[in-house]
Amino acid sequence: MDSPTKSLRSVSHHPASPDGKSTAAVAPTLIDIENLDFHYGATQALHGISLKVPDRQVTAFIGPSGCGKSTLLRCLNRMNDLIDGTRIGAGSIKIRGVDIYQRDVDVIELRKRVGMVFQKSNPFPKSIYENITYGLRLQGVKDKGRLDEVVEKSLRGAALWDEVKDRLHASGLGLSGGQQQRLCIARTIAVEPEIILMDEPCSALDPIATAKVEELIHELKLKYTIVIVTHNMQQAARCSDKTAFFYLGKLVEFAATRTIFMNPENPQTEAYVSGRFG
Amino acid sequence: MSTPVSHPFQAKPSLSRTFESGVFWLFRSAAYLVLACGAFVFADIVIKGAPAVFKTSFPFVNTVFLTEAPESLCVFDYEGQKREMGDREFRAFREQEAARAAAEGRKAPEIKATSFVYSAGGIFPCIVGTVLLVVGSMTIALTLGVASAIYLSEYARQGPVVAFIRLAILNLAGVPSIVFGLFGMGMFVIFLEWNVSLLAGWFTLAFMVLPVVITASEESLKSVPKGFREGSLALGATKWQTIRKAVLPYALPGILTSSILGVARVAGETAPIMFTAAYVVRDKLPWQDLQSAGDFFFQGVMALPYHIYVVSSKIPQNEYTERVQYGTAFVFLFIVALIAASSIVLRTKLRGRYKW
Ligand SMILES: Nc1ncnc2c1ncn2[C@@H]1O[C@H](COP(=O)(O)OP(=O)(O)OP(=O)(O)O)[C@@H](O)[C@H]1O
Ligand SMILES: [Mg+2]
Repeated sequence: MDSPTKSLRSVSHHPASPDGKSTAAVAPTLIDIENLDFHYGATQALHGISLKVPDRQVTAFIGPSGCGKSTLLRCLNRMNDLIDGTRIGAGSIKIRGVDIYQRDVDVIELRKRVGMVFQKSNPFPKSIYENITYGLRLQGVKDKGRLDEVVEKSLRGAALWDEVKDRLHASGLGLSGGQQQRLCIARTIAVEPEIILMDEPCSALDPIATAKVEELIHELKLKYTIVIVTHNMQQAARCSDKTAFFYLGKLVEFAATRTIFMNPENPQTEAYVSGRFG
Repeated sequence: MSTPVSHPFQAKPSLSRTFESGVFWLFRSAAYLVLACGAFVFADIVIKGAPAVFKTSFPFVNTVFLTEAPESLCVFDYEGQKREMGDREFRAFREQEAARAAAEGRKAPEIKATSFVYSAGGIFPCIVGTVLLVVGSMTIALTLGVASAIYLSEYARQGPVVAFIRLAILNLAGVPSIVFGLFGMGMFVIFLEWNVSLLAGWFTLAFMVLPVVITASEESLKSVPKGFREGSLALGATKWQTIRKAVLPYALPGILTSSILGVARVAGETAPIMFTAAYVVRDKLPWQDLQSAGDFFFQGVMALPYHIYVVSSKIPQNEYTERVQYGTAFVFLFIVALIAASSIVLRTKLRGRYKW
């Protein structure tokens, strides 16, 4: 039980550099988005997006506000199903080769495998312990020993254990903003997903809390595939292996993070990452 | 006008300032007028009603008024003394006197009493009836109301159909209570053959407060942050699990708050129950002499508001009826206040437990 945690810890001292170009090239594809069109009622938000998200790497989505980053992210665990009138116009999203918009896909199972961390940290107004066990309890896990174990493992995995181990039964809302966000990450990894989607997870955090979450992302990518939306260029550069730049609902450029930031092919990308527009 | 302006913010009389203070005084006097009316009504009921409930001598609380059924009051002259007693007491007294007279070898005395209906005894059956009506109808209203609110705001696809349902619910809130009474009579009493019964009263009252409960529940559900729902769903919860674990607990205080209004209304309305559930007078308490447990639901009850109506307008008025009228009104206000207070306490408790 402890070994993965240990190995995660040991890596944290060697933050992965964004120059994972060679590994990015060989990493197998986990999520395969093909030609995706997405509509909110009458308005089309995504136009022909094609993108291959590699397994156990961090993929960043960047682009100016309203370009469709969140929309695409929420397509990956079908959170958009909750909004009336949304539909996939064309194209497909495959996870390990399975089209997740196929008729016989169980959204509940999908969301267990594809977890999500939101921009505004949203712990439930329950204790830290209950927050983490929420997902497992829903799956019918009642065994106290197992739950305790998962709580510790998840909190360690989210680098929060040492800070909260003495007050597991205090309210999750009593934590600081950064701790709350890490609690949400812990809650997500407690159900052992394969993929973690993060929508601007640090936008409400101060630089120190942000640094902690970023460090955590480095650790997490050993076990999980991470897709992160961010407005912070340095953040994308620091923690992602591949970066996708979107503009007006279209994918402009998708390449290794280093390429996007050092010598992007597209002039729009260049203008955006260098801060000249957006 | 000729005084020099000493600084740029110098106060100057102007039309808008005069108008402003006029409007202010208008509003202020309106508020005080309302306060005065309320205080007058309340004081009148308390001053005249409290003596029916409280006494100056031990046990201070008039237990007879609170624990016994209404009786006729018999007023008579006996041995040069004016006496007042309840019907049963009077009969016992007459027999006792007759027995005494027989023992002394006298002719039984002729006692002529004037009787005044409902002016003696108490209002216990009415208290019981009102409490039963409130509890039953609020249970039904909350169950149905919360369920429909959940459907409307969480499950149903927002569109013209749901908008129309909402409009219909709002309109229902404006229907006069007498119409609900007639509906209840037609539907439950006659068509479903429940007769005048608790069950018919429960459903009639429940339908009357349903619009309030639904609207309020929807508001409370909407006020639960979207993050709780998304967080829960993203962890692989089904919609119902999400509602039950991450939405409803946090909406409950709000739902209860607004139900307080419903409670007061249910307890207070006379029109809906006079066709469906209320008896003018009933000797037995609801749990006495039941053939089977099911009969409990199919019996009429006495109720406080209806009793007030009966004693104030259906019987000859005299110096003795006032006691019952004011006493009943006082107890009634007190009970409504009590129910409201306990809902507030419950809400505060829940708030404390589920705040965010
Ligand atoms: N629920 C919705 N209904 C209708 N249109 C929507 C909805 N959500 C988003 N949109 C539209 O879809 C487009 C993409 O929105 P999206 O939220 O994906 O942008 P974003 O890239 O995440 O922006 P930001 O960086 O500001 O979060 C926008 O034009 C937006 O107006
Ligand atoms: Mg967004």
